[in-house]
Amino acid sequence: MSETMQLTNIEIIPGREIIEHYGVVLGSTVRSKHFGRDMMAGLKNLVGGELQGYTELLQESRDEALKRMKEQARDMGANAIVNVRFSTSSISAGAAEILCYGTAVLVK
Amino acid sequence: MDNFIGFGFLLLLLFIGLTFGKRNEARHYRRIRRRERESAHIPIIISEWKDSLSPEDRYDLVHGSVVVGSDYFKTFAAGIRQIFGGNVTSFETLLDRGRREAILRMKEQAMSKGADKIINMRLETSSIGSNQQGKGGLPSVEIHAYATSVASVTRA
Repeated sequence: MSETMQLTNIEIIPGREIIEHYGVVLGSTVRSKHFGRDMMAGLKNLVGGELQGYTELLQESRDEALKRMKEQARDMGANAIVNVRFSTSSISAGAAEILCYGTAVLVK
Repeated sequence: MDNFIGFGFLLLLLFIGLTFGKRNEARHYRRIRRRERESAHIPIIISEWKDSLSPEDRYDLVHGSVVVGSDYFKTFAAGIRQIFGGNVTSFETLLDRGRREAILRMKEQAMSKGADKIINMRLETSSIGSNQQGKGGLPSVEIHAYATSVASVTRA
């Protein structure tokens, strides 16, 4: 935790030389919405527009997925992740999986 | 009698969707246009634009996301549209709103990090909420925008 992990979704970190590649790291979460939020979103659905409860839920799960990916990279000894990609898929009516993946590297 | 009540309820839902949904949409579009003007000074570049990346700048991952849902009237209108085919305008505006909102949120995050340029933006859309066959529950869609922000170190 001493050094912060640097993330980009381009292939390099400009100005810093990649000295080692550790391969793919990934983090994923599957979250389901809880009842109260579902109810509120259902009510909001009457008028359409943004469903804030779900937005927050997915943002939290995305942060969690990123955290897991960073932990995996840190365990490998990396200090940066390049080429980060996200993907979301709904598994059942009430649950969604959020996946993020990238290449763990050591930069100097 | 039961049928009559059910029909009345449907009409009420359609009415709510039509009036409040329309009003919300108009408000949302006004807000989007204002924020787009305010953040217009930060260009978004879809490619990596590697040649012009300066080693002194700071690079960071930024993202913004939004979940937008349809209302009863939009869903109903889309259902009717599906009989004849063609552009489903009611869903088009919904997705347009969502996408612009997600990009704006990403931009605002980049601005809070002091960025003056955004490169390599990616957009991702996934439908959540509604059941497999679109039965039960109105369609809702998550839109996620992510990119790398570039912050120039102040050149004194």
